[in-house]
Amino acid sequence: MKQGFRETLKSGKFIITSEIGPPKGTNLDKMRHHIEILKDRVDGINVTDHQSSVMRFPSLGGCLEIKEHDGEPILQMTCRDRNQMALQADLLLAYTRGIRNVLCLTGDAVPVGDHKQAKGVFELDSVQLLRAIKQMESGKDMGGNDLDGAVEFCAGAIVTPEAKPIEPQLIKFEKKIEAGAEFIQTQAIYDLDNFARFMKSARQYPVKILAGIVLLVSAKMAKYMNENVPGIFVPQNLIDELASAPKGQALNKGIEIAGRMIKTIKDEKLCDGVHIMAIGKEEVVPDILAVAGLNGHV
Amino acid sequence: MKSITRQKSLEEITQQLEGLHRLYLVGCGTCATMTKTGGKEEVLAMKESLQGAGKMITGWTVIPTACDTMTEASLTENNGAIQSADCFLVMSCALGVQKIASYNGKPAIPALDTLFIGVEDSPGLFHEVCDQCGHCVLGYTAGICPVTACHKGLMNGPCGGTNNGKCEIDKNRDCAWTLIYNRLKEQGRLDLMKKYQPPRNSQIVPRPRVAKVA
Repeated sequence: MKQGFRETLKSGKFIITSEIGPPKGTNLDKMRHHIEILKDRVDGINVTDHQSSVMRFPSLGGCLEIKEHDGEPILQMTCRDRNQMALQADLLLAYTRGIRNVLCLTGDAVPVGDHKQAKGVFELDSVQLLRAIKQMESGKDMGGNDLDGAVEFCAGAIVTPEAKPIEPQLIKFEKKIEAGAEFIQTQAIYDLDNFARFMKSARQYPVKILAGIVLLVSAKMAKYMNENVPGIFVPQNLIDELASAPKGQALNKGIEIAGRMIKTIKDEKLCDGVHIMAIGKEEVVPDILAVAGLNGHV
Repeated sequence: MKSITRQKSLEEITQQLEGLHRLYLVGCGTCATMTKTGGKEEVLAMKESLQGAGKMITGWTVIPTACDTMTEASLTENNGAIQSADCFLVMSCALGVQKIASYNGKPAIPALDTLFIGVEDSPGLFHEVCDQCGHCVLGYTAGICPVTACHKGLMNGPCGGTNNGKCEIDKNRDCAWTLIYNRLKEQGRLDLMKKYQPPRNSQIVPRPRVAKVA
């Protein structure tokens, strides 16, 4: 049995988490394969919740699979698809099945996904969801009614260090910590100088910060993200480095960049750990960790 | 403040009119005239389109304000043409359609979709400012409504989709929380944004919403 994620956070060691995306459909083979690869190499595995508003197998289902494989799941929970009753009910189920970590997110907008006419719920926002968890931990539901058996979660949230302007993000970041977030995963970061500046202000808060590492697989992907993904900035030197890779070697270059960044973050103690997002290429996470000198981490 | 409408496709209009051949057209002289969806010009164009589709138009009118209590009086003036029609085809917002549907038992078929209640920022440009949510938070948000101006209706600050002050769903739309932040900062009232806002009450007046003024 793995160590609980909260204990890992408190241990002071460099933390590594990663994530898997559930399938669109009932074939769980690939997801199970990714769980097998990750479960003994990282401290916690996030399961995304209909990421990019694309309907999939649920995050909660993916977390149950991780539990069955003796891994440590982190339940991503967005406010996009469920009202407060449904969110609380899923938290009750998650707790009874041994899931102890929840990442609270607003959720992407419905129109960016594959069910463009669906209703976006957003009855709660991420800060309110964090508070709802605290309330449920006190033995009361959001209606103020007694729970017959409370929950206990290690709750986390996210921040976007490259957001422009940054100040409104920081205000919300502070609200998330006040609401009980024990860890914060960041949106992908690539410019470590910018990240170090962000950490200067973030350090003053009693929260563990995990830098978001998104695997770059090509110069084209990096340029696309710069143009289209909010809060992501890939510096030109990394784009050039990817572009200079021999034909067919861009992925290896991306692995090298990710591993190198993790090593720098760890060596320079920029923050408390990293969250690796390989976006469908989870099988290369061990290679990234090897470059970072962190294979056999757990 | 205007009820903002958009004309349905002729295909959908004719689908609704299946089995109804003799039509009386009703436009509205207020919002639908302003938005060029149900004024005199649009009613006459609709008349021509429907005649082209084989419908008989028994008459038409543009009521000054289709949703007010004078609707019945306006329609009475045209009673002959109305009596001989199978239905009304209404080119006003849904408020007018419902008013006319209660008039004399004849079906009232909408030719428009009602989109939102908006204000006109500049000639021809309308935007939604209030969702009538029942609990106004403008006092905390520098007079910019996060319920309507934020795509997700968030109460405690921007989401991660905000980008250079624009919204995740459209690079041409402002991020409401960036606007709120900027204005609160100008006013020296940023503390208001730091205040936790609890979830909104969705049942302040349970639907269908009714209010009786004493």
